[in-house]
Amino acid sequence: MIDYRPMPSAPSIVVDKLRIRRGGVIVLDDLSLAVASGRVTGLLGPSGSGKTTLMRAIVGVQIVESGTIAVLGEPAGTPPLRWKVGYMTQNPAVYGDLTVRENLRYFARILDAAPESVDEVLETVAMTSFAGRVVNKLSGGQRARVSLATALIGSPELLVLDEPTVGLDPVLRRDLWKTFNELAEQGKTLLVSSHVMDEADHCHDLLLLREGKLVATGSPADVRAQSGKQDLDEAFLVLINEEVE
Amino acid sequence: MSVRATFATAVRVLNQLRRDPRTIALLLLVPVVLIFLLDQLFHDRRQIFQQIGGPLLGLFPLITMFLVTSITMLRERVSGTLERLMALPLAKIDVLAGYALAFALLAAVQATLVSIVAFGFLGLHTQGPSWAVVLLAVSNAVLGMSLGLFVSAFARTEFQAIQFMPAFIFPQILLCGLFTPRAQMAGWLRGISDALPFTYAYDALSRATQRGLFDGRFALDLGVTIGVTVLALALGASTLRRRTG
Ligand SMILES: Nc1ncnc2c1ncn2[C@@H]1O[C@H](COP(=O)(O)OP(=O)(O)OP(=O)(O)O)[C@@H](O)[C@H]1O
Ligand SMILES: [Mg+2]
Repeated sequence: MIDYRPMPSAPSIVVDKLRIRRGGVIVLDDLSLAVASGRVTGLLGPSGSGKTTLMRAIVGVQIVESGTIAVLGEPAGTPPLRWKVGYMTQNPAVYGDLTVRENLRYFARILDAAPESVDEVLETVAMTSFAGRVVNKLSGGQRARVSLATALIGSPELLVLDEPTVGLDPVLRRDLWKTFNELAEQGKTLLVSSHVMDEADHCHDLLLLREGKLVATGSPADVRAQSGKQDLDEAFLVLINEEVE
Repeated sequence: MSVRATFATAVRVLNQLRRDPRTIALLLLVPVVLIFLLDQLFHDRRQIFQQIGGPLLGLFPLITMFLVTSITMLRERVSGTLERLMALPLAKIDVLAGYALAFALLAAVQATLVSIVAFGFLGLHTQGPSWAVVLLAVSNAVLGMSLGLFVSAFARTEFQAIQFMPAFIFPQILLCGLFTPRAQMAGWLRGISDALPFTYAYDALSRATQRGLFDGRFALDLGVTIGVTVLALALGASTLRRRTG
């Protein structure tokens, strides 16, 4: 299939020689990478490889030891970026004692988004029928979707989503990946982490992390070629083990 | 500082409280029950009731708001919602002012209710106007709130947060002049008493209720109370970190 999308302009995220220490241990070391604009980039890697840490640094809530991160042309964490970057944390960060709608309305007010945007994002995450439910009385996956909805409010240019599909059934997962791709077609940039490798095929680009280092980048096809495996699960096992030896 | 974000936060905090009717009932009824007990306890010694009733009434909100705020803020830190807020276009002062607004409102209701009971039904007298007592109670509540906000940074669990109450509040109640006039205290105790914010909150209340004295010393009391509130808020703001390790 021919890709008619215009050549991506400047990348949305440029990470240069990033080093982060957490609890005295170096978690990301000399990490450099770029995330293209208007595309879905998958951030993959085993548990503890540093995905969440990298995302925290990109949204500006992580203390960085050295190196630089440019987000939409500005240093990560500068105030104007807080309007333009939507962040979904790995553990749902929503108020359990509020209803779904009250939660979203709070985020919408802070972001000065129209009240209708609450209904739109509820629709997107298929939670419209739970709008009046108190979050503490939702299932884990439903709570995660509310958390995802908070990231979508205000239609930010860049979405940083930490394992948005974990714990969801295959139908919901497929729908969400479709949504992510539609957002990219509208020109949004998405960085999505996952440790379910079969989700990698939904991404335009992949970043594979292992112990805080980048072990592979490129399209799913590139990664297959690089590893010599058709199955992405196997491809990653090959790439991750290769590096160990 | 954004008025919109401040109000949004106040509404959110009030909504959270609304979802917890038992806490609201406790907040509103416990002071009423306590002042009634005091009334009965000093049935034959009205002098004592008149002497401590007024000041106690103005100190209830300080104590309850201290507790409620330190626990609410601790929950916000532990549940990850604070980290999420720090990635939004929301100034720290907006969070703090939103909390202050919500709890001041609650304190006003609490103080009004207990004032109606005490002045209207239990025959408590005040030399100054009764609204002055309510106003002092609200300003004390904001003081309690800002102290609670500050100490919540030093608690890791709700158990610890509750223990700050006997550690932080009880000594101040003992030394503020309620139990023993400050003039009768040993010099070193009076020295400590001079350094504690409760002393000034209590003195203002006792001047307003027993002597109707709005003199220079009253102004000093008020000045110290407001000064400590601002200081505790500033310290509290410094414990809200955008970036963490
Ligand atoms: N708060 C913390 N304090 C100290 N070390 C931490 C903290 N959080 C994470 N780490 C460490 O940092 C490293 C990277 O963690 P991170 O959460 O970024 O991994 P991850 O790739 O997101 O893992 P997962 O897939 O399990 O979410 C891990 O070794 C972890 O133990
Ligand atoms: Mg993670």
